[in-house]
Amino acid sequence: MRASTTSHKLYKTLFITLLLAAALVYLAPLYVMLTTSFKGIEEIRNGNILALPDSLNTSAWSKAWSSACTGGDCYGLAPYFWNSMRIVLPAVLISTVIGALNGYVLSQWRFRGSNFLFGALLFGCFIPFQVILLPMAMLLAWLGLANTVTGLVLVHVIYGVAFTTLFFRNYYVGIPTELVRAARLDGAGFFAIFRHVFLPLSSPIIVVSVIWQFTQIWNDFLFGVVYSGPGTQPITVALNNLVNTTMGGKEYNVDMAAAVIAALPTLVVYLVAGKYFVRGLTAGAVKG
Amino acid sequence: MFDYLEKQLPKLIMAPTAIVMLVCMYGFIGWTAVLSFTKSRMLPQWEFVGWEQYERLFANPRWHVALDNLLVFTLLFIIIALLLGLMLAILLDRNIRNDGALRTIYLYPMAVSFIVTGTAWKWILNPGLGIEKMVRDLGFTDFEFRWLVDPDMAIYTIVIAAVWQSSGFVMAMFLAGLRGVDDSLIKAAQMDGASTFRTYWHVILPVMRPVFFGAVVILSHIAIKSFDLVQSLTGGGPGYSSDLPATFMYTHAFSRAQMGLGAASAMVMLAGVMAIIVPYLYSELRGKKS
Repeated sequence: MRASTTSHKLYKTLFITLLLAAALVYLAPLYVMLTTSFKGIEEIRNGNILALPDSLNTSAWSKAWSSACTGGDCYGLAPYFWNSMRIVLPAVLISTVIGALNGYVLSQWRFRGSNFLFGALLFGCFIPFQVILLPMAMLLAWLGLANTVTGLVLVHVIYGVAFTTLFFRNYYVGIPTELVRAARLDGAGFFAIFRHVFLPLSSPIIVVSVIWQFTQIWNDFLFGVVYSGPGTQPITVALNNLVNTTMGGKEYNVDMAAAVIAALPTLVVYLVAGKYFVRGLTAGAVKG
Repeated sequence: MFDYLEKQLPKLIMAPTAIVMLVCMYGFIGWTAVLSFTKSRMLPQWEFVGWEQYERLFANPRWHVALDNLLVFTLLFIIIALLLGLMLAILLDRNIRNDGALRTIYLYPMAVSFIVTGTAWKWILNPGLGIEKMVRDLGFTDFEFRWLVDPDMAIYTIVIAAVWQSSGFVMAMFLAGLRGVDDSLIKAAQMDGASTFRTYWHVILPVMRPVFFGAVVILSHIAIKSFDLVQSLTGGGPGYSSDLPATFMYTHAFSRAQMGLGAASAMVMLAGVMAIIVPYLYSELRGKKS
């Protein structure tokens, strides 16, 4: 190895060039989305997809936000952005709280059958949702929640709890059970131990769970398209309608501005808390 | 009395989850199974017809297109994402200490909705104004790149977009695995005079086997569930040439009033996922105990 330091250096330069080239490819779609969104229609038709815009024309952005047509109506993405917020925030909150309590029980207060219960729940992380779509639609109709924001919150909580439980259970399982035993000897009860011992230790896993759920639910399309109606659609469904609305000429700049608007909240979360995002991905994905 | 309640508290806490799971996962799977044996169209009806819906399903050319597409898509998607992810992870691991920025760039597509991904790539691959025009402007005036509107090639556009979205995630998994490899193993191999390539091939890759299987399971799971990306990128078209089982199910169950047929296709999808997941979960959970 020592004899070949020059070739070693050469390789290193080559490898780093490769890595940087790959980075450019990964960034290209975002770059194209952003530049296209600031161009005018004429500029798009005559110009090059990789070219920078002549000027920062923000009309596509305001149209995408407040007046573009999404299927039936032409109020832009704004109402659907807020729909998504109204779906995501309660669903994230509720599923995280339930997941924390479930994980606490399944790791520290095991009872006969609790491992089986965990296994059964884990399987739920993997079922293709197509297999529950039809019965869930009937249940929502029966509850009077078809095409409502509340109905979508309910669906996301039900199928999100499997993941949040998994996160918290796997996190709390690393905390020695002696801790609970000692606290019980001191006379502390179930909730007191949770509040004073476990909750203070939980910030990292709460962040993981919140980020995971936020990303999943914000980005959801399947439940959104099946269980929402006119006026209650989440932003992903509205974006898809906007892009596929064929009235008049295609406005690619508006499409791209709309796509960036729909992507923005999860991108911001990713940039701010990327470390936890990765942890959620691998925890939710690999370890059972 | 209070003591008794306190003792039962853990079970009480778990009870709602257990009941909802029993009904909304396992009960609903059973319900879909029952539906798939009925004549249900627009509304559920309980006239049983045996395996008729499954026979109709497998006699349907569109379903066969969806299955073939799934096979092509899954294989290409998994192989390319694995190779790309592994390559990036190895290059990152060996060459750059402070790799935060690069990792952030490779992984950001995973934070974005498949609908956004589909919208972006639909524009990039646009036959008139996208890559085709860009290359033509460079002087190659005969250049053609119209996969998006070519029934034989549309499925490959979905592979491209899906790889872009998910390969960074594979990179993250492999990188975590590589960084977990015991340094003394690598040192020992190098002391024995093994080249970098041989060290990877014989020492590091075998240790990474669990990560590798984990990645395959997750990627195949993403592939079978793929729905959003197809809806936004090709809409299943041209015609139904880029349909996947998930879009087939949605179209028949919700737009074409073929509830029984849709339920049957969902059950086939479940069977496919179980064939992959059950052995995996079994080995994971059993491995933990020993």
